[in-house]
Amino acid sequence: MKTIVQRCAIRQLSLVACSLLIAASVLGSEQPTVHVEPTDAVGPRTLEKQTETGVIRDYLQAWRTLSNAFDQNRSDLLDQYFVGAAKDKLTDAIRDRAKVGIQTRYSDKAHDLQLVFYSPEGLSIQLMDTVDYDVQVLDHDKIQAAQHVHARYVAVLTPTEVRWKVRVFQAEPK
Amino acid sequence: MKNGFAFVLGGALLIGQAALAQSGNLTVPRTVEAGSAFTVRTSGAGKAVLYIVGLTQVLRRDIQLGETVPFAAGDLHDAGHYLAFIGGEPTSDNAFFDVTTSQEPAALSFLAKPSRLPVDLHDGISGVVYVFDIYQNLVLEPTSVLFQLSANGGTAQNRTVITRNGVAWIKMNSASKVGAARFVARAGNVIGTRVIQQVPGEPCALRMNARPSGQQLTLETEPVRDCSGNAAPDGTIVTFTETYSDGEATVDVPLKRGIARTELPAHDGATISVATGVVMGNEIHWGSAR
Repeated sequence: MKTIVQRCAIRQLSLVACSLLIAASVLGSEQPTVHVEPTDAVGPRTLEKQTETGVIRDYLQAWRTLSNAFDQNRSDLLDQYFVGAAKDKLTDAIRDRAKVGIQTRYSDKAHDLQLVFYSPEGLSIQLMDTVDYDVQVLDHDKIQAAQHVHARYVAVLTPTEVRWKVRVFQAEPK
Repeated sequence: MKNGFAFVLGGALLIGQAALAQSGNLTVPRTVEAGSAFTVRTSGAGKAVLYIVGLTQVLRRDIQLGETVPFAAGDLHDAGHYLAFIGGEPTSDNAFFDVTTSQEPAALSFLAKPSRLPVDLHDGISGVVYVFDIYQNLVLEPTSVLFQLSANGGTAQNRTVITRNGVAWIKMNSASKVGAARFVARAGNVIGTRVIQQVPGEPCALRMNARPSGQQLTLETEPVRDCSGNAAPDGTIVTFTETYSDGEATVDVPLKRGIARTELPAHDGATISVATGVVMGNEIHWGSAR
């Protein structure tokens, strides 16, 4: 038979656990802040507003996909938003991490985007992203490091049947 | 002897690391060229694990604190921003550094459009080049790309463009003569070649002649050419129309060896016209009636 003190402790622990779960779910669904620089000239082709919106939407979704793929060590998730060299490199990265028991969790917090080049035939678009994200490194499920990163990424996206996919994805040296 | 070699190698690696980032027990180079060897210096004592973590590459080494940890050429080859840290350290020593692309272009992604176009088209051909190093990193440093478009017997168009954020693009005119043109992009020793077919443009002028052949009129065009003098391709449709008192007759004829030929009834007082595409040719009034 449980004492009153034990019951109270269990209740309090349950409340704390519930609060943590809610907090975690809220944090998990947290949207990064996004700022898009005005695009006056992006090279030889006029960038329509609809295209710009689509590219940004798909690029941000690519970040989310990347985050999920690394979190779950599932490279197949990358297929939807990555293609070519970017997909190959990220796929290798997930495979290599799984091999040595390392897991990295990425959570993007803010993006400052600038579309810089739209090719004349409309088959590639390049953007620069000054991004803030948190990275957590786990070795055999034990957290080894948690860092906030501020970096500038270059991405090249190409159109596919239904969306723009990231073909080149690379951090620019500071 | 072995130790001496190791010492010389270590020294050379250290000289290569011009700028170092230090954080507590950890000293890393500020930048490393993709694929180059480098070292990480540690201080302290005891066993530990050194991690180097980038988006696309992770290195994990069991180390003895206080030693200099060498990384061989090719260990780190993806350009990007990396975090180095010693795991399990209470002080959580860490440092960031960059891996930069190799300066030498090794591959081009060269897209030329269209693959077929009419002659004499201003800015009709576009070329876009993304420059990559040997590790498929986009070379972000400004790189010179030479674009060259040459057709059979014609003078080549040469233009040099400096890449911006790894990309160079150009627009060029198609030549005035038909035939295959070689469109070449060159960065360093890397060359990309595309073939572009230049076909005749729209017919420029159209002229026909008529001669009687029994109850019929034989109609024949002069050789059909575009405005640069190239023969219009066989298969181009030429339309002959005969209007006479009782009605109208129309015949569509494909060009054969640059000429369209047909026969229509020789109605007295008929007017015969010829056209192809948007080009109207001459009219012929046949017979005495007007």
